[in-house]
Amino acid sequence: MQVRVLVRLKPGVLDPQGRAVHHALEGLGFEGVADVRVGRLIELDVADGTDHATLTQMCEKLLANTVIESFTIESAQ
Amino acid sequence: MAFRAAVITFPGSNCDRDMASALAAVSGSPAIRVWHGDADLPDNLDLIALPGGFSYGDYLRSGAMAATSPIMRAVVAASSRGVPVLGVCNGFQVLTEAQLLPGALLRNAGQRFLCRTVALTVENTTSPFTAGYRAGETIRIPVAHHDGNYYADAETLDMLEGEGRVAFRYNEAVNGSARDIAGVLSANGRVLGMMPHPERAIEPAAVAALGGSDGRRLFESILASFATA
Repeated sequence: MQVRVLVRLKPGVLDPQGRAVHHALEGLGFEGVADVRVGRLIELDVADGTDHATLTQMCEKLLANTVIESFTIESAQ
Repeated sequence: MAFRAAVITFPGSNCDRDMASALAAVSGSPAIRVWHGDADLPDNLDLIALPGGFSYGDYLRSGAMAATSPIMRAVVAASSRGVPVLGVCNGFQVLTEAQLLPGALLRNAGQRFLCRTVALTVENTTSPFTAGYRAGETIRIPVAHHDGNYYADAETLDMLEGEGRVAFRYNEAVNGSARDIAGVLSANGRVLGMMPHPERAIEPAAVAALGGSDGRRLFESILASFATA
């Protein structure tokens, strides 16, 4: 079973990387970009039937740092 | 009785020798080197030190992988028994990831790796790590980090300040840290995490060009608390 976990910095947490990418886009001449936030996509291949609670535990214990990050779990099938 | 300090080495630690050397220089006893894959710590430790570096290549987040290593379960258990734990730089990041300290360390606000000596104000002088300093004193300690931007929510920051758990504060904005926090203590004062490197500032004044000697008193403080314990 393919699962995708999206990890993002929480709103309000400064994202220097996103800011640098934003500046770079502007430097390339792209206009109208209001903001850029860089997150992380983690693809997992897990046993069929792995329940949501287990996936949530994986996120809370390792994949995301919930002090600064939020996560969403998407089934990719 | 000799002072017994353990220095943990993770894959990618690069300040473990400096830490061991500083501890030996100040205490007169060699530090015990412990590998991250070990499940157990030596008995009767007086200090556990988590050194700087780039454990696991900073994969996922700085300190995240190291926090899951077998030895960290032993460190958490030892900490709960009151063994003092010092985390410097990457060691601080590991301590937050292991939830021995609140908050997290983000990428520096200026996006650049910082490597220079900075001025700090000593905010807390009641912990085993800081008792040798004077409250409000300015000290100079080197920093060398990319992810040193301390973050915690406002409620947590208020709690840390209210409980006197901010150990050191930068005298100027260095890396974007909330309220210029450079080091924080656990609720019982026996866990200290800090981004600056005291182990790089222990030489006598004669070779102060190598980082100064203001870090030395941190180790002397630990030793003094050991002697009176």
